[in-house]
Amino acid sequence: MAQATATAKVELRGVKKRFGPKVVLDGIDLTIERGESLVVIGGSGTGKSVMIKCVLGILRPDEGEIYVDGEPVTHLHGRKREAFLRKFGMLFQGAALFDSLPVWENVAFGLIQGRGVDRIKAREIAYQKLAEVGLGPEVAVLSPAELSGGMQKRVGLARAIAADPEIIFFDEPTTGLDPIMSDVINNLIVATRAEGTTALSITHDLISARKISDRIAMLYKGKIVWHGPTREIDASGNAYVDQFIHGRAEGPIQMEVRG
Amino acid sequence: MNFLASIGRMTLDFLRSVGALFVFLGDAVVSIFLPPFYWSLLGKQLMRIGYFSLPVVGLTGFFTGGALALQIYSGAARYGAEAFVPAVVMIGICRELGPVIAGLMVAGRAAAAIAAELGTMKVTEQIDALTTLATNPVKYLVVPRLVAAVISMPLLVAVADSVGVFGGYIVSTGTLGFTGSIYIKNTVDAIAFNDVSSGLTKAAVFGFIIAAMGCYHGFHSKGGAQGVGAATTSAVVTSSILILAANYILTKLLFE
Repeated sequence: MAQATATAKVELRGVKKRFGPKVVLDGIDLTIERGESLVVIGGSGTGKSVMIKCVLGILRPDEGEIYVDGEPVTHLHGRKREAFLRKFGMLFQGAALFDSLPVWENVAFGLIQGRGVDRIKAREIAYQKLAEVGLGPEVAVLSPAELSGGMQKRVGLARAIAADPEIIFFDEPTTGLDPIMSDVINNLIVATRAEGTTALSITHDLISARKISDRIAMLYKGKIVWHGPTREIDASGNAYVDQFIHGRAEGPIQMEVRG
Repeated sequence: MNFLASIGRMTLDFLRSVGALFVFLGDAVVSIFLPPFYWSLLGKQLMRIGYFSLPVVGLTGFFTGGALALQIYSGAARYGAEAFVPAVVMIGICRELGPVIAGLMVAGRAAAAIAAELGTMKVTEQIDALTTLATNPVKYLVVPRLVAAVISMPLLVAVADSVGVFGGYIVSTGTLGFTGSIYIKNTVDAIAFNDVSSGLTKAAVFGFIIAAMGCYHGFHSKGGAQGVGAATTSAVVTSSILILAANYILTKLLFE
């Protein structure tokens, strides 16, 4: 079996995933170093969310291997898989808050259910994490349905960081938010990384990508077509990246009308 | 050729779905016996599936018992066998109509609610969120519903049986000229342990079917509101058909 790169926190090697005849990931090779923030950009339907779900084991790749801390994780089951998932936090695109629970229990959920933390202690941590994302105790007792989209994203972020995970995934963190709220979320994401957390974000919001990343990779038709430091993206010399960052209809990227 | 290909595709799709259902149910059944156990969630589901189904099950049981008494009376009168009305109502309710009517009513109520709730959780990524929070969604969502339905259904059927027999009593004494004490005596004389136990056994199986279909279709719903609607419909239709099919098989096994 091939060895993972020593310094990599997360590594994907030749990952392929198809749904029926549609190839979504076509042999992805990607490395995220420890403490690094990598943003994967790409149009809708290019496989960004599928890639994250493959890393988390929500979807199983058809081919290839995924390593976390040098360990292959594609075929983990049971307790080993639960232990592996404790390394992660995730902010979902639509926040994915549990409707049936108040805000504080959403934030404390991973602590109570996933880590066996006592409810009183977990509640204290939840209030503290909510404060970190700028939400007061009055929000903690509300139902997720009573919150605006931006507040739901902040609660989702508080939930993602509640257990101080080693790796955080952000799925379209600013999609659907106004520019000011987007910047608030971007600042919070940057703040979560102060303790050396490794981050993988997927987005097509370039303002967000530039602000939160150390490195950017571009995904197109299931392949990484370019990757490099964020500061080099404007001079990438890659026709796909140029078309994407300038938002041009003409270029090598052809929008598929049908999926 | 296209016709044959489409038959082949449909067959493969069907086998794939059956396989996925058995894998899902196998996982759920094994998970029942593995920790952690979510007792508070089980309590909530007992309330939702069991307690809140009491009015609908009671009412349908009552009217079914009443209608059965009228039908049996008019049929039995042709042969001068009106005295058998209490016994036949009791046997009909306890062995067949109690479990089946309660099963179908709870399928309409609980399977639909389970599929809609889990389907919404699926399409809004709440089930994926559970996974990322190191919580097994099958243990957390499916097991409490499955266990609650298997426990609740026999209790609901016991209520349906009692209320159904009572419905027969009310109609018989109110409109068919039976004396109350004689009706009760004939019912008690006719009752056998197997009449009740067979109905309760069926009820437990129906409970499993209801929760299993609700959870399976909810977990596998796709798309948005339309997908959740389709999952809800499928849960009610498949659980109703399976209840009737299981009823036939269990009747054959229990009474032959």
